[in-house]
Amino acid sequence: MATDAPALPNKLSKGPRQLGIVTDWGFRILALAAGLMVFVILALIAIYTTREALPWFREEGLGIFTDNWDPAHNDFGALGLIYGTMLVAGLAVLFSLPISIGIALFITDVAPQRFRRPFVYTVDLLAAIPSVVYGLWALLVLAEPLASLYESLSDATASIPILNTVFANPSASGKSFMTAGIIVAIMITPIITSITREVFATVPASQKEAALALGATRWEMIRGAVFPHSRSGMVAGTMIGLGRAMGETIAIALVIGASQRVSANILGPGDTLASVIANQFGEASGTHRAALIGCGVVLFAITIVISMGARALVTRADRRSAGA
Amino acid sequence: MKRITGYLRWLVSTALIVGLVPLGGAIASAADAPAQGGSATLNASGATFPQSYYEEVIGAFKQKDPNVTVNYAGGGSGKGRQDFADQVTDFGASDAPYNATDAAGVKGGTFFYFPTVAAPITVSYNLKNVKKLQLSPDTIAKIFQGEIKTWDDAAIKADNKGVKLPSTAITVAHRADGSGTTENFTKFLAAAAPSVWTLGSGSTVSWPSDTQAGQGNQGVGQIVKSTDGAIGYVDFSDAKALKLQFARIKNADGKYVAPTVKATTAAVGKAQVKDDLTYDPLNASGASAYPISAPTWLLVYQSQSDAAKASALKKFLNFIYGDGQKLAPEVDYAPLPKSLLDKAKAQVKQVGGSSGSTSSSTPST
Repeated sequence: MATDAPALPNKLSKGPRQLGIVTDWGFRILALAAGLMVFVILALIAIYTTREALPWFREEGLGIFTDNWDPAHNDFGALGLIYGTMLVAGLAVLFSLPISIGIALFITDVAPQRFRRPFVYTVDLLAAIPSVVYGLWALLVLAEPLASLYESLSDATASIPILNTVFANPSASGKSFMTAGIIVAIMITPIITSITREVFATVPASQKEAALALGATRWEMIRGAVFPHSRSGMVAGTMIGLGRAMGETIAIALVIGASQRVSANILGPGDTLASVIANQFGEASGTHRAALIGCGVVLFAITIVISMGARALVTRADRRSAGA
Repeated sequence: MKRITGYLRWLVSTALIVGLVPLGGAIASAADAPAQGGSATLNASGATFPQSYYEEVIGAFKQKDPNVTVNYAGGGSGKGRQDFADQVTDFGASDAPYNATDAAGVKGGTFFYFPTVAAPITVSYNLKNVKKLQLSPDTIAKIFQGEIKTWDDAAIKADNKGVKLPSTAITVAHRADGSGTTENFTKFLAAAAPSVWTLGSGSTVSWPSDTQAGQGNQGVGQIVKSTDGAIGYVDFSDAKALKLQFARIKNADGKYVAPTVKATTAAVGKAQVKDDLTYDPLNASGASAYPISAPTWLLVYQSQSDAAKASALKKFLNFIYGDGQKLAPEVDYAPLPKSLLDKAKAQVKQVGGSSGSTSSSTPST
């Protein structure tokens, strides 16, 4: 903050000082309490869930990282779920990122000024739709046409080496990693869009104009002036989107098909850490219940690692763009 | 870019908290309305399998006794048992008794199992030109394990002599969510086809990955309805509502029986009822018994601290064993046979008695 603050205007300096000190301290304490609350809540959640999940950690040990989730035989290896979480989030970001950046660029640099606001509102509106609505829409509307699309995709790639494992056995109902990835991509698009859009808006107009003045086309201007300036913001937006994608629950639970295995076949059914909790918690007891809560702990840990990784990436990108 | 980093930090932690709160606080708060002058509110949660029956009964009971409000929250048998054990609810509902470990965690002392109704689980299928299909437990086990891939397989033909079966591929539909229906269906297969069935039994089993998962009985029913050659296990009332075709299942006496309310009551009548009124009607003997009949219970503590609630609870139980039994077939659930009904009625009298009384129910395993 400014250290050499100018003298207060007359009106302010004449007020009752006593009251000022009280409100100032009151505000300080309130803000401090609110700030600490975040840590308290986080710590309580971490402690409670870890304690409830202890029987699972104790029984399975490192077995929690095996690919064997079989409640009927009391085996609770969560590798298939961790894999599913990563895969769905990865697919979602893969689909969403180009579209989000495209929308953001359109809004900041391409669309005529008076159309920009309505566009922003519309994209933000996507974020306000509850995830169960996305899930039901995907289940009732999207899944069927996708199923036939998968069928032809699988037939078309049947003789291409790697693709014929990735697109091997399309699920007849369309419930698959792919469908979950697509629906989550739609859900995280407004998040990535609004962050990248804000970042693009901070690019100094002088730099853009300079690029255009040198004879750059609009695309060259974007590549040469907008992207280098926004690299860390784009990374940050992507990471927030990734975090959101990994935590998404109900929409995925409805369309992923509930098969808790590691499978290269992305057109087949799978499951994620969050969706397995939604699907199985109601009927779980004993170790099964502990394992499901443990899935929450694992997801918690993964998200923390991702957010730390994101911060590291952002600082690195910052340094690089500062040097550029 | 400091601002962005801060924003990121805030958003990530918010996402974490929002994402995990439902986990930490999965305990439904049961708002206790003050009970005055005979009015009382009973809160319950649990099994979804009998939920449409309970909703019907609660509606009818409300008309008869407007002072008592019963709230039934569903949520699954596991949740019902957990909430009841933690004394969050006034009574619980479950399709399965507690196992020994969980019974030790029941906090409110002695409790009773009250059987209410039973219902058949259908094996529904979608084959246009096959009006009548018969299946033996071994064949069902092989189909659901993915060992039989097409409808004209020799094993299915052997169960259906003289029926022309198409070569359509079989699509197996099962529950995506953990379910008492899955538990009872797989328990039946483990009991009736022990040499074939390897997936075990429980609220979730590890189905082959080329099967299709649906949310709830309706979700499974929907897959069966919309997929040519599909087969799935669906509870009776949902299967009827979706107008699905049901297979006749070979029972322990070697007879093929269609799922009906009568055949289910017959199966319950043949089941061995324990002292605590738990019983297992799966794969019951008797020529007319439908072998995939599922039981369900209400869980009620013996000692009741609130007199108004205790009397409301007894009234509700007596209503279930009176008019409630007549309501059951109307919503496709099977009433209890007389022998079991009499035992249950006698047990209602013990609710609200002092916990030191001689009669007690030992949690079964």
